[in-house]
Amino acid sequence: MALKASQLKVGDTHSERVVENLTRTQIVMYCGASGDYNPLHADEVYVTQKAGYPSVFAHGMLTMGLTGKMLTNYVGVGRVTKFGVRFTNQVWPGDDLDAKATVTALREEGGKHYVDLALSTTNQDGKEVASGSATARVDP
Amino acid sequence: MAKITFPVEAGHIMLFARAIGDYNPVYHDADAAKKTEVGGIIASPTFPQAVAQFDPEYPLRWRPGQPWFGSGKTASGVENRPSGGGGLHAEQHFEYHRPLRPGDVLTVEHRQGNTWERESKRAGKLTFRERIAEYRDQNGELVVTARSVGVTTERPVERS
Repeated sequence: MALKASQLKVGDTHSERVVENLTRTQIVMYCGASGDYNPLHADEVYVTQKAGYPSVFAHGMLTMGLTGKMLTNYVGVGRVTKFGVRFTNQVWPGDDLDAKATVTALREEGGKHYVDLALSTTNQDGKEVASGSATARVDP
Repeated sequence: MAKITFPVEAGHIMLFARAIGDYNPVYHDADAAKKTEVGGIIASPTFPQAVAQFDPEYPLRWRPGQPWFGSGKTASGVENRPSGGGGLHAEQHFEYHRPLRPGDVLTVEHRQGNTWERESKRAGKLTFRERIAEYRDQNGELVVTARSVGVTTERPVERS
């Protein structure tokens, strides 16, 4: 179901819990699917004994993918025209993440309607792990 | 940099969506996807990043007979690697011109963008490197543009 511009206003929000108790197995699944096998994400021995981190941590792109799941659930699949994020904190096994979109503008361009969104994904401590923006085509 | 050929496959789209925990049928069920607005299976928004699978030179993939910096008999197969484990991903931006579908054969070309530095309290000197990727389909049409910013830290990032 696509969103309708006529039913949206600046300031509207949509949020979803996109992962609960992130597992190392999910991070490994993301390694396999994405092709990014960096031991920082999958190799606890390397990470704790060599890299200097307390545990493996998620790929930034897994956090972006989780944020994207909220986005497509909200605006509809195939409707996103722009999507960008900055990774602001690491995401660790056990984390719960909530992704939120806030309407910042409604625009008409060449007869098509678009919504601009601010994106913020936070962990269980309320700390932001990704922030960004997106644009999606909406119905009139 | 060399051009990469990236065949978009239904099984890969399904595995990628599973890894994200996204069970929307449009990513794995052809019949259900047919009844949606997009008319068939499409890839999820961050799927273009999986081009790494098709990059013959991709450095973050283990290969037989070559040194690998992850653990085996020892905690790392490559000694004297700087702590911090190398680069981290700082930013990622996509612009989509149309959805990617199984059967698309993309040609992906990367080029370097800007480089800049910044001091940080949590990780020392940060060096940022921008990389742009253009994804073109079998007809030569631009379908996705991606801009990625990687960061190399002086030391492991402290937990804030």
